Amino acid sequence: MSVPISVTVNGRLHELEVEPRMLLVHLLREELNLTGTHVGCDTSQCGACTVLMDGDSAKSCTVFAVQADGASVTTIEGLSAEGGMHPLQQAFWDEHGLQCGYCTPGMIMSGVDLLDRHPDPSEQEIRRGLDGNLCRCTGYEHIVNAIRDAAGGAK
Amino acid sequence: MTMQATPGRLVGQRVRRREDPRLVKGRGNYVDDMKLPGMLHLAFTRSDVAHGIIRSIDTSAAQAMPGVELVLTGAQLAEMIPPMPVATPFPAPDHHSVTPDRVRYVGEPVAVVVATDRYLAADAADAIVVDIEELPAVVDPERAMSGDPAVIHDAFENNLAVPLAPAGTGVNPATLEVEDESALNEAFEQADVVISQRILSQRLVPNAMEPRGVIARFEPGNDELTVWSTTQNPHIARTLLAAILGMGQHQVRVIAPDVGGGFGSKINVYGEDFVAAAISRRLGLPVKWIEDRSEAFMTTIHGRDVLCYLDLAATGEGKILAVKMRLIADIGAYEMVLTAAIPTLVAFMISGVYDIGVVRCDLTEVFTNKMPTDAYRGAGRPEGIYFLERGIDMLAARLEMDPAELRRRNFIQPEQFPYTTAGGMVYDSGEYERALDTALANAGWEQMKADRDAARAEGRLVGLGLSFYTEICGFGPSAAMPSVGLWEHASVSVERDGKVRATTGVSAHGQGHETTFAQMLADEFSIPMDDITIVHGDTGQVRGGTGTFGSRSQVVGGTALLLAASKVQDKMRRFAAPMLELQPADLSFSGGMIGPSGREETGVAFADVAAFAYVPIPLPPDTEPGLSEEAFWEPEGFTWPFGCYISQVEIDRDTGELELQRFVGVDDCGNVVNPLIVAGQIHGGIAQGVGQAMTEEAVYDEESGQLVTASFMDYAIPRARDLPRFELDHTVTPSPLNPLGVKGIGEAGTIGSTPSIVNAAVDALSGFGVEHIDMMLRPEKLWRLIQGGDA
Ligand code: FES
Ligand code: FES
Repeated sequence: MSVPISVTVNGRLHELEVEPRMLLVHLLREELNLTGTHVGCDTSQCGACTVLMDGDSAKSCTVFAVQADGASVTTIEGLSAEGGMHPLQQAFWDEHGLQCGYCTPGMIMSGVDLLDRHPDPSEQEIRRGLDGNLCRCTGYEHIVNAIRDAAGGAK
Repeated sequence: MTMQATPGRLVGQRVRRREDPRLVKGRGNYVDDMKLPGMLHLAFTRSDVAHGIIRSIDTSAAQAMPGVELVLTGAQLAEMIPPMPVATPFPAPDHHSVTPDRVRYVGEPVAVVVATDRYLAADAADAIVVDIEELPAVVDPERAMSGDPAVIHDAFENNLAVPLAPAGTGVNPATLEVEDESALNEAFEQADVVISQRILSQRLVPNAMEPRGVIARFEPGNDELTVWSTTQNPHIARTLLAAILGMGQHQVRVIAPDVGGGFGSKINVYGEDFVAAAISRRLGLPVKWIEDRSEAFMTTIHGRDVLCYLDLAATGEGKILAVKMRLIADIGAYEMVLTAAIPTLVAFMISGVYDIGVVRCDLTEVFTNKMPTDAYRGAGRPEGIYFLERGIDMLAARLEMDPAELRRRNFIQPEQFPYTTAGGMVYDSGEYERALDTALANAGWEQMKADRDAARAEGRLVGLGLSFYTEICGFGPSAAMPSVGLWEHASVSVERDGKVRATTGVSAHGQGHETTFAQMLADEFSIPMDDITIVHGDTGQVRGGTGTFGSRSQVVGGTALLLAASKVQDKMRRFAAPMLELQPADLSFSGGMIGPSGREETGVAFADVAAFAYVPIPLPPDTEPGLSEEAFWEPEGFTWPFGCYISQVEIDRDTGELELQRFVGVDDCGNVVNPLIVAGQIHGGIAQGVGQAMTEEAVYDEESGQLVTASFMDYAIPRARDLPRFELDHTVTPSPLNPLGVKGIGEAGTIGSTPSIVNAAVDALSGFGVEHIDMMLRPEKLWRLIQGGDA
């Protein structure tokens, strides 16, 4: 049994038929080939799958595709135009905010949401704001630097 | 050695990584991101009991489900593929990719489903009914050694896998007879103080953020197998896959695309990889398997789980006379590729950075009903340094001596290098006191102590901890891993337009080799980094290699690359010489030119020499056309980085919660190619060490053998808010064993941080008579100690 949905992803409207149990992250990765959104766990802890849904960060492994019906989703691929970089993407690069890069798309999407809520966050606000995102490589310090850097750049 | 690295414009600089633009834009290419036409998906049915005999497996329901192409049980697979390989010289029980008859840990695969879609494969795997007659499980290694209540492998009496004594410890490695105890006995008799403590380095789950995964594609027409794998070492994977599948290495290609972290857990070739390859060969179609996190917890190798009975003898002035470690390593249910070798590295660390006259170590490896252990970041060195550094801190407390001063009194001195430990390890270089003094100065050690005392006087539980580590890095030589060798390979080609394509046998999965190696070559050839491509992670493109583990990539891989580059340079000089009417020996590289040394700008352009090399009219004598060279390099010995870490913690009296307030570190990894990347390696290492000290512990239930901590809800890897800002610095003591003077930095942070934090926690609770606390330092445990109970 498939259910029709319409969802806007990175500005483009998609009309699709999906199984009710399909997760949003699998819709993005398998159906729309947007593989920048990663899967790092099966218990909603790691944040590797973070996207923006109607402007707010959401763990796309915890949302059924059918729940995204009518929503507007932004993934890491939609954050900046081809050839350009969002200030956070630039800051992650400048500050060495990634190593293996697996957590990075989720980190950046959470960072976008964080800076939306706190345009000038303190170090502690950034660290608390990243509670839903795990990184095994960086020890977080360069990620914190990158978010601070991007906040400074946005001012 | 004549080859010397060029002191450079780019080497030593904080160059941003070239890997990052694709990764920050979501354009990386990880195994799970790939789809091949006709690709099928695998899912495994796994044992939900820890120990038992398989009575029957009913696959009929699964087989009848739509989309299911094939179902195979372990017994059927055992007819297709032999048991998995082991790279250690010790006897090992058969270990099948999918067990045919008996299960020995929770999560062990018992059957596999092949279906057209990942969801369907998972549904069908769930529909398989496995009837297992349960046997008692044993998860405590000391209990397992009695053979009661379970013997896990019939051929290994009392669950003893490997009893051994590493060379140089006074025990004959062949006979296990004690050769001569007199020096040891004398040291303990003479001692004014003896510290004896049972210390556990607990079991950990590596948890690279990208789970394991594999795509196997066998092409029936030409009998070639291509495997895309989340591996740290595609060439080792190729060797093992070919051996197990009965194919030639020339028929197997392994590709490691972007890999999302490894930390040792992706060295192994796992059962799922062999099964994927075998099924692809059988069906003639590509198949994919992606691990989920629950599987990663249960069935990707675990780390540590070594127990130490430590005895340390010292004089009243704090001179350490002898160290004795009796080690019991709980290696889980089977031996994987390096399982049995990892605990032997613990023994190699027994002297740490100290000049200790007599050491003794014995080691017993024990089977239990748990996931096998293998290399996890640090692999043996964190355990060894932790045991020793805990013992030294206990000694400092006993003698009421400053822990920094006690360490200073025992350091191996700079003039003693190369230094051979009592256990027979040869350290390449070290200047420990300089690193200690730098750390103490940066921390403000005296002020920290005064502040701690003042806080204590107010009733606050503030503690300071210091640790000093060294570690074995830069693995080879080959004698250290005779099953595969431990050299490294590189090739450098200057194309006819002057652009450079280089390959390396090390395989980055977060380490940034595309950047550091391009920095090196840019300096060697004096051309822009943008003119250089570094290729890695594909046995089809990279002719030889060993892989990335044991902090060896820069040391061994970097040196091989330098060697290949210098061969190309020699050849370019031979082509440039007739163009300039000069001798090759007079020429060097600068500013994109090749010319007389010191006046390179008067020479010929690098690109023009490259063009000439491919259309050499006339061809210089005794010279082949073209510019492409390769090199194998094998180090003559290990490198030994070192460093000093200082932690300040505070424990909440009411809740037992531990806060890591300050972390000061000084690392010495010899020369540094890219300080930004080195800092990142240290940060990540420290975070994992903090995890072991404070938040991580893989727990199996004593009775049922179930893994209790099987998700990120029950097993806490550090989050951003668990960590303070790191206060880091470094000293530079180059290694004399390679022309780059590098030592390796991938594991340092993990090794030094753990003891420094535990030392700090013990210091904080010293007022309660606490001398040692086993990790992890969870609040409940600390709270009990504050209440005067046992941990
Ligand atoms: S994959 Fe969504 S939180 Fe981990
Ligand atoms: S960069 Fe590897 S998990 Fe964050």
